[in-house]
Amino acid sequence: MTAPAAPGRGAAVVTRDLRRTFGPLVAVAHLSLEIASGEVFGLLGPNGSGKTTTIRMLCGLIEPTSGTAEVAGIEVTRAPEQVRDRIGYMSQRFGLYEDLTVAENLDFYGEVYGLRGAAQTVRSGEVVRFLGLGNRLEQLTGQLSGGWQQRVALGCALLHRPTVLFLDEPTAGVDPAARRSFWSAIRDIAASGTTVIVTTHYMDEAERCGRLGMMSGGHLIALGTPEEVARQVGGGSLEDAFIRLQERDEP
Amino acid sequence: MRHLRPMVRKEFIQMRRDRLTLAIMVAIPVVQLLLFGYAIQTDVRHIPTVVFDDSQTPESRDLIAAFENTGNFAIVARLLSRAAVDDAIARGTAQAGIVIPHDYPQALANGRTAPVQVIVDAEDPLSSQSALAAAAGVGEVENLSLLSAAAGRRVLPVDVRVRPRYNPGLRSAVFIVPGLVGVILTLTLVLVTAMAIVRERERGTLEQLIVTPITRTELMVGKITPYVAVGLVQMTTVLFLGRLVFAVPLTGSLMLLYGVTLIFIVASLSFGLFISTLVKTQAQAIQASFFFVLPNILLSGFMFPRAAMPFAARAIGLLLPLTYFLKVLRGILLKGVGLGALWPDVAALAAFGGLLMFLAVRRFHKTLD
Repeated sequence: MTAPAAPGRGAAVVTRDLRRTFGPLVAVAHLSLEIASGEVFGLLGPNGSGKTTTIRMLCGLIEPTSGTAEVAGIEVTRAPEQVRDRIGYMSQRFGLYEDLTVAENLDFYGEVYGLRGAAQTVRSGEVVRFLGLGNRLEQLTGQLSGGWQQRVALGCALLHRPTVLFLDEPTAGVDPAARRSFWSAIRDIAASGTTVIVTTHYMDEAERCGRLGMMSGGHLIALGTPEEVARQVGGGSLEDAFIRLQERDEP
Repeated sequence: MRHLRPMVRKEFIQMRRDRLTLAIMVAIPVVQLLLFGYAIQTDVRHIPTVVFDDSQTPESRDLIAAFENTGNFAIVARLLSRAAVDDAIARGTAQAGIVIPHDYPQALANGRTAPVQVIVDAEDPLSSQSALAAAAGVGEVENLSLLSAAAGRRVLPVDVRVRPRYNPGLRSAVFIVPGLVGVILTLTLVLVTAMAIVRERERGTLEQLIVTPITRTELMVGKITPYVAVGLVQMTTVLFLGRLVFAVPLTGSLMLLYGVTLIFIVASLSFGLFISTLVKTQAQAIQASFFFVLPNILLSGFMFPRAAMPFAARAIGLLLPLTYFLKVLRGILLKGVGLGALWPDVAALAAFGGLLMFLAVRRFHKTLD
């Protein structure tokens, strides 16, 4: 399952010298990256390595200090509002309304993304079936387990058929069975042509990605298939490489 | 504005689920109305009064009766020395003391001035005012009747007739209740919207919301719309109860009243939103709201007359939407005047509303930093 970067046309994400600082802290330093359409691309790295900052810049949630980023053919830094229709985003922290039911959250996000009437009903039905949410629709979202909450959040991010789907640590705090079924959903989404960009620090998840970018201290230090990344970072398994990085970055 | 509908609907559902907040927003007008209507009486009646009558004559008893008949003085004890009177006032068992000298009838009969002392505990200027005025009034009435009897006249030369219009009973509630509409709206609506954006930020839902195509104007307008309804319900509650319990009149146009209230509600909600874009936590939002509400109560003319304030305080009052809204409320409810008399205040309110909404939307950015 090697997927070489497809440069130029058909790229879902292109960044050039993307950089973001918070005061003296350099969160992301000169990130240049190309992600092809239809890829499942993983951003791997310890806490504070710049994964979330990268994703937030790509979604137009925070402005880069310098550099450019193009997502789904639109320059995010120049027109953040125009990219909203084409991307789906799941934040690290659960971001849906816990005092709304699952159905109400789906209705709200569907309408906010411009779905109306019969089209909305059909699309909602598809997403509910795809993620197996049928029995949960009338439950308050706040009363669901972590695994189910993540599925609903994924559903809300999928309603408008985004070209690029950003998932920021989507399975943090979710049990292994739920993680496995979540990843099978991600595979299906990618198979339908959507580019998926996912951050993680679970090794088994990283190994499911087509390509990986490994980040450390704001720098992209390795890029390629999971095997290639493991080799680049210093041989052995991906996990060995990751732990070595973590010990260096988080003394 | 195509994303407005889902936003408004979501806010309504959330408001309905948040039973406690909703209950508080309905309970506040009722509790405040009863508190202000019953407890706050600026005209002080029946002041506990002690008497030291050193003459014990029919004339002195007539004078004491005259004091009692004003309704301002309630005689609670008859004491036997001047020192006892001072002591009762110092201890707080009485707030006024009347001292009549032993030669009171002789002085009257001989055409000398009879010195009658009224001692008032003036610690609180507001509550002592009516006692002071009533005491002076008793003296004048007594003098007049004695003088006109001596002059052999049966009618007085001049008769000044005062007609207190718009609140002929001079009842506090009639003045306070219309103002209460404005105070309650300011208090609850600013607070509830000050928390609105910052709550979504704290709960992590804002991050998910701002990656959607919803515009910041839709987000802001959607946030406040349900509370417009809440504000109108609050006003209706206060006016209805004010009418029922305190017989507060509703003289002018109800349509105009609701129209102007709508403008004021939007101004208050927009100000709350503006606060919400300035603060980082809900706790800060609460503090900022109270910081704003206090001058509203003190400087708007709700309880304390603006005419009596120094220039700076009056100038600050002019920056508060409530100041203008109070004039409109009292104008419509008590005087029954229309837009012809009130348009400058209505225009000021509309300007405040527009400006605050503009500022709130300007301050809010669809980013996380």
